[in-house]
Amino acid sequence: MTDHTAVVVGGNRIPFARSHGAYRQASNIDMLTAALDGLAARFGLAGHRVGEVVGGAVLKHSRDFNLTREAVLGSSLDAHTPACELQQACATGLEATIYVSNKIRLGQIADGIAGGADSVSDAPMAISDGLRHALIRASAAKTLPARLQALSSIRPGHLVPDPPGITEPRTGLSMGEHQALTTTRWGISRTDQDELALSSHLNLARAWSEGFFDDLVTPYLGVTKDQGVRADTTMEKLSKLKPVFGRGEGATMTAGNSTGFFDGAAVAYLAEADYAAEHHLPALARIVDAEVAAVDYTLGGEDLLLAPTYAIPRLLERNGLSWQDFDYYEIHEAFAATVLATLDALSDETYCRSKLGLSGDLGEIDRSRLNVNGSSLAAGHPFAATGGRIVPTLAKLLHQRGSVDGRPARGIVSVCAAGGQGAVAILEAC
Amino acid sequence: MPRKKVDPLEVLATTPLAKAVASSSIGKSVATKLGVPPAVELRRGRNNPRGAISLAALSNATLVGSTLALLGRDTINVKVDTPDARTLGDSGRPVPPGYEGRLGALVLDLTELRAVKDLEYVRGVLRPAIRSLERSGRVIFVARAPESYDELEPRVLAQGLDGLNRTVAKELRGGATSNLIWVDPETTPGGLASTLRFLLEGRSAYVDGQSWRVGVAEVSDDVATTDRPYAGKIVAVTGAARGIGAAIARTFARDGATVVGVDVPASGEALAKVVNEIHGTALQLDITLPDAGERIAAHVAERYGEDARLYGIVHNAGITRDRMLVNLDEKGWDAVLQVNLMAQLRMNELLLDGRPGGLADGGSIVGISSTSGIAGNKGQANYATSKAAIVGLVRAMAPQLADRGITINAVGPGFIETEMTAAIPYLQRQIFQRSNSLAQGGKPVDVAETIAYLADPASAAVTGQVVRVCGQALVGQ
Repeated sequence: MTDHTAVVVGGNRIPFARSHGAYRQASNIDMLTAALDGLAARFGLAGHRVGEVVGGAVLKHSRDFNLTREAVLGSSLDAHTPACELQQACATGLEATIYVSNKIRLGQIADGIAGGADSVSDAPMAISDGLRHALIRASAAKTLPARLQALSSIRPGHLVPDPPGITEPRTGLSMGEHQALTTTRWGISRTDQDELALSSHLNLARAWSEGFFDDLVTPYLGVTKDQGVRADTTMEKLSKLKPVFGRGEGATMTAGNSTGFFDGAAVAYLAEADYAAEHHLPALARIVDAEVAAVDYTLGGEDLLLAPTYAIPRLLERNGLSWQDFDYYEIHEAFAATVLATLDALSDETYCRSKLGLSGDLGEIDRSRLNVNGSSLAAGHPFAATGGRIVPTLAKLLHQRGSVDGRPARGIVSVCAAGGQGAVAILEAC
Repeated sequence: MPRKKVDPLEVLATTPLAKAVASSSIGKSVATKLGVPPAVELRRGRNNPRGAISLAALSNATLVGSTLALLGRDTINVKVDTPDARTLGDSGRPVPPGYEGRLGALVLDLTELRAVKDLEYVRGVLRPAIRSLERSGRVIFVARAPESYDELEPRVLAQGLDGLNRTVAKELRGGATSNLIWVDPETTPGGLASTLRFLLEGRSAYVDGQSWRVGVAEVSDDVATTDRPYAGKIVAVTGAARGIGAAIARTFARDGATVVGVDVPASGEALAKVVNEIHGTALQLDITLPDAGERIAAHVAERYGEDARLYGIVHNAGITRDRMLVNLDEKGWDAVLQVNLMAQLRMNELLLDGRPGGLADGGSIVGISSTSGIAGNKGQANYATSKAAIVGLVRAMAPQLADRGITINAVGPGFIETEMTAAIPYLQRQIFQRSNSLAQGGKPVDVAETIAYLADPASAAVTGQVVRVCGQALVGQ
C-alpha cells in the first residue's frame, strides 16, 4: 500500500441561525445542500465527482432516510458522487471527517466531503407508540373486522405527539441535567463558566470582524453571520442570567454559558495531499490521527459528556505527544462547564489514575490556545454541523500559523456527544 | 402627522389593472396611438442578420470587404439611389432602387473618404438600404479616424459622419441600429474583424448610435473567427452575484472562460449559484479592502496553479447612494467613490505588478461607466463623478498598457432592466425605458456581450474606448 496523506482543503458552512427563525422553512437537506453548493463554488467543484460525501443529522425525519445522498443530488456536484449517511450525535461532523480521512489514507478515495446539518425548527414530530402500533396492526390486518379491532385499541392519550427526544433514553435526563451533575461533581464555578462564555463570544466576534470566515461561510436565506454571537456581551450581563440546569446552590448553568438551539449545516473538504497539489487545491492541515471513546454513564455513573477525556490520553500515547504539545485546542462548548470539566479531569491525578488508568495526570494547558476564534457557545451548535464548523476553522488557523519551533503547528479537536461518546482528532499545519 | 405626497397618475399606473391593460394587445395599440411604439424583440446572441449583407465600398476601399471575407460573410451588390436608377411608382412618384427581400445589414467602407462630394454616395447607398432593412438590421459605418488625416477636408468629414450615424440610428425602426467605427490607416482586417462581427451579430443589440475607434494590432485569423475566444482563459468579474455582473459571468463562461466570480461576503449565496452554474469559482471579497487585488491574484494562483494568470478583469461592482447635493454628506460621497473608483485603481495596480495570478500581458481590463457619468444625473453627484472618472481611467491607462498588449476599455450602460431598476415606479420606469432610439430598456446580457467583445483577444486593436450600451439614450453623447 502506498502512503496516502489526508489533508483539509477547506470548508464551508451556512451561518448558524437561531431556531424557529430565518431557517424555519429549511430542512436538513436544504441546509446541507446549501453548504455543499457554497463549498462547490469556493473550490470549483460544480460538476465534479467527489470521492464520497459523508454526513448526517441528529434530529431527522424518516423521509430523510438518505439525507446526504439527497443533498448531493440537489447540489451542483456531479450526480455520480456517492454519499453515505453517518450519525454520531454531536460528534457526527468530526466522525464523518475521520471516516473520510481514513478512506483517503487507504487510497480508496482521492477527495471527500464530511459534515452534517441539524434543524431544531424543522424537527420531526413522532406519533405515540400506542397509535403507531395500532396503525401498523390495522394495516397488516387482512379483514375489515380485524382492522377495526386493531384501531379500537387507540386511546385518546395516544394522540399526543412525541416531540423529538432530547433526553438520554437510559437515564431520562436531558443533556443539561447530565452536565449539571458533572458541573457539581467537579465544582465548576459560575464565574469560570461565564468567563469561558464571554471569551467565546469575543473571540468569535473578532474573527468575524477580521474576515476570518469570509472563505469558510456562505450566507443563506439572507443570514450573513452567525446569529448567536454577541460582540457586546459582558461578564455583568452574563452574571445576571438565571440558572436553567441543576438545583439550588450548585445551579450555575445559564442560557449564557450553555448552547442554545440552532439550525445550520457545515462541511469540510478533504483530499489526498498529492491529489490536492495536482488539482491546485490548498492543503491547510493534515489529519494526523483520531480516537473515539465512550463512557459508562448509565450503570457506571460516569460523566456523560467527558468521554473525550478517555479518547485524548489514548490518542496522545499512540502519537507520542503530551497534552501540552498543541498550539490550538478546539474543545466543543456544549456547555462552558463541559470544557472546564474536561480540562479539570485531565489535570486531576485521581481521575487520571482511577478512571483512565494512567500513571499520573496530563497537566494543565495554556488556556490562551483554547477556542481562539470562538466555539459553540457563541457560534451556536446545530448538533451534526459542529464538526464541519470546527475542522475547517482549526485547519485554517493551523495553516495561517505555519510552523512553531521548526515543526508544523499542531491542533487538537475534541467533541463530546450524546450517548456518552466523544471524538478527538489531531491536525497538523501543511 | 406628515402626509406622504402621492402622485395620482402614478398610483393609477401601478394598479394591477393598469399593468394588465398596458401589456394587453388593446393596451399596446392604445400606447401606439399615443405615440409610444411597442418594444421590438431585439435579435441577440451570436446570431447573424437573416437577410443579406450589402457592402458599400467608397472609391473601391478594401478594408471592410477583406474583413468580411475573413469572417466568411458573403455580401451582395449595393443599391445606389441616383436619379437615373429611380423608377416610377404606382403613385407616379419616382421610387429609389430597392433590394429584393429584406436587407440584413448595410456596411459602408468609407476609409477612402476624401471630399464633400463623396458624401452623395453615402446618401445614395443609405436611402435604399434603410427602406429595406430587416428588424434588428444593421447599418455600420467604417471610416478613418478624424485625427488620422493631415488634410482638413477629409478630417472634418470624418467627424461629420458622427452626426450622420447618430441621425441614421434615430431614424431606423424595428430594433435596427447604426454605429460608426473609426479606424487607423494601418488597421488590418484581422484587427477590425471582432468589431465588425460584434456589430453584425445580435450581441450588439442595445448598442446604437455610437462611434468608437479600432486601432492597430496583430490578430491571427484563428483568433478573429473563433466562437470561444476565452477557452483556457481566466476572467475575474466583480459584483458577479446578481444583475449585470451575473450576466457578465455567464457570457464569459459561454465563450469559454473560467470565471472567478467576486462579490462581497454577504452576497455569497447568490454568488455561489452563479458560479456553480458556470463551473467557475467564487471569491467572497470586499473589493474596497486595500489588498483586494492581491487576494484576487492569490485566489487565481492557488486555484489554477502558480503559473496561472488572469486574462481579464471586469470591474463591474458598483454602488449608488443617491442624494441631491444639498443633502449629501461625506459618508454618502466617499462610499461611492471608494467602491466605484478607488477600489478599481488599487486592484489594477496590484494586478498589473507581475505577481502570480495577476493580469497576463496581452490581457484586458474592462470597467463600467454610465450614462449618468457621461451626461450627469440629478441626485447622483457621487455616482456620476465616479463613473465619469472611469472614462478618464480608461483613456489614461490605455497608452500606458499598450506595450504589454493589455487593453483597457469601458462600457456605459443606459437603462438596463435589472432587479434594481424593476423597483422604479411604473410610469417613471416607462419613461426611462422609452427614452432611447430603440424605445426599450436593455438587458443585462447586452452589457455583458459588449464587455465580452471589448475584452476579446480578437479585440486587441480596441483600447481606451468607452462604448455605450444605451439604445442611443436621449441623454449624453
